[in-house]
Amino acid sequence: MLRIEGLDVYHGYVQAVRGLSLHVKEGELLAILGANGAGKSTLLGTLAGLHKPAKGNILVKRKGDTPPNKEKGNTPVGGMSQVECPQLWKDITNTSPEKMVRQGISLVPERREIFSSLSVLDNLMLGAYHRYRRDKATILCDVREVMEIFPALKGREKEMAGTLSGGLQQMLAIGRALMAHPKLLLLDEPSVGLAPLVVREIMSILSQLKKTGVTIMLVEQNTRAALKVADRALVMERGSITISGSSAELMSDSKVQQAYLGRARVQPAWGQA
Amino acid sequence: MSDQLLQLLFSGLTLGSIYSLIALALVTTFNITGVLNLALGEFAAIGALLAISLYATGMPLIAAFILSIVLVAIMGGVLERAAIYPARRASGLTLIIITIGLSISLRGLALLIWGTDTYSLPAFSKGGPFFIGGAALNPQSIWILGLAVLTLSLLYAFFELTYAGRAVKAAVINRTAARLVGINPSTVSFWAFVGSGALGAAAGIFIAPVTMTTYDMGFMLGIKGFVAAVIGGLSNVGGAVLGGLLLGVLESYSAGLISSGLKDALAIIILLAVLLLRPQGILGVLGERKI
Ligand SMILES: Nc1ncnc2c1ncn2[C@@H]1O[C@H](COP(=O)(O)OP(=O)(O)O)[C@@H](O)[C@H]1O
Ligand SMILES: [Mg+2]
Repeated sequence: MLRIEGLDVYHGYVQAVRGLSLHVKEGELLAILGANGAGKSTLLGTLAGLHKPAKGNILVKRKGDTPPNKEKGNTPVGGMSQVECPQLWKDITNTSPEKMVRQGISLVPERREIFSSLSVLDNLMLGAYHRYRRDKATILCDVREVMEIFPALKGREKEMAGTLSGGLQQMLAIGRALMAHPKLLLLDEPSVGLAPLVVREIMSILSQLKKTGVTIMLVEQNTRAALKVADRALVMERGSITISGSSAELMSDSKVQQAYLGRARVQPAWGQA
Repeated sequence: MSDQLLQLLFSGLTLGSIYSLIALALVTTFNITGVLNLALGEFAAIGALLAISLYATGMPLIAAFILSIVLVAIMGGVLERAAIYPARRASGLTLIIITIGLSISLRGLALLIWGTDTYSLPAFSKGGPFFIGGAALNPQSIWILGLAVLTLSLLYAFFELTYAGRAVKAAVINRTAARLVGINPSTVSFWAFVGSGALGAAAGIFIAPVTMTTYDMGFMLGIKGFVAAVIGGLSNVGGAVLGGLLLGVLESYSAGLISSGLKDALAIIILLAVLLLRPQGILGVLGERKI
């Protein structure tokens, strides 16, 4: 449902994403792992429209499964090279954040970025800003639905968002993103700074969300927790993808184990006294 | 003697309510956009002059009033797109200088259209002043205070009771998060200038019956409005209104009891005093951009 082709993103002179290509399938939960500074946040930020790529394309599948010009019903004689219909994909490179959310992409940013001096209810309602005019009548039902997903927020509708605990703020941030009815949900380190129990709760909510058909890209430093819920995962290093595969494959990958799971099979020689 | 004090208080409140209106528009736009629009006084002057010219064509006062507000609101929006939007990534100080440039240009435009003559508008309600405790209160003062109260209530209702108001607040609280949910901060900034155009024009028209309306009246109005806003803390709407009233009363007493030459100097003295005693209060707020 999302295709990234040869993406280069800079922060001033610092290149944060280098020639990154990626295909995200409909309905999957894709974990993106990697050390600090690998470019994970930049990648998600670019998909949400916060950063402009210097090179490369971001494409999303069009609504509905049929390409716009269907008149060429018979298969082309050219063979396999013509199989892919480019009309199926819409180029959304260089779209501003306020329009990306209308394309169905919602980002839960790294520092949550909730509207701290507004109430919990206002935060959730504003999540639906882009469709408010159309869906005015049902917004409160959607809020109730989000509250069912995050029961811990129930009864706190009137509380100021900034006074909530870190875990609740994270839930609110995810809930606000869900209010936009995204097709692709981007999460940037939702577990950071949270107690293990809360992390587990959030992860289990993500796997539930996946069942509702939302495609999820999950950036995590908490490799173990992420691999547990993800279908597929990839590791980023200095702006590009170095390892990718199913969660099970990565879980047993020795490089991943060493670098991100803190489990070393072979102790380095200088490790011994 | 006490009659005179009361009289000075009344004229001070009249004057003060004028400053309050300008300060109110200044602070609201500033809170939303982070731009301190020093051309606001010119919005008021052009609003008043336009209404006077339209009224002179034989149009009913209320129609001239509404048409002028609409025109100045459009002007506010056009100026935002033409001068503020292209510089949206510039610093707060750059934007202030842009608004000073706008104010000079608008004054020049007003001079070309209306010349150096002094104009006036009839009072909104007929009849002489009220007498309270032996002091006269001009009915137009009540109109002006009424506009300040109405504006405050409308602003409150907009921000606290409407979804759009909540979205504007959200854009001010966290610009990035607002963009991520689909709020376009540059649209918010555009409408803030449209609104400040309308409010500035309304203020200018309401005070036209009690002031000398000239092409350059916006200059002093802008300064007084700014000082009133500074007294009120620059980002506090209620404070701006009180600051305006306070400045008006202080001016009235110092002109009446000490020397009339002191009237306009007082605002500058207060500004200097605030800058010397609490510079971080103003400059700290001015440095940061919002939208
Ligand atoms: N706003 C910024 N300005 C300059 N450099 C940045 C900025 N944000 C990130 N970077 C740089 O880009 C690289 C990737 O950062 P980031 O995407 O935040 O990585 P991650 O999320 O994987 O930790 C880092 O080298 C970082 O220093
Ligand atoms: Mg990051």
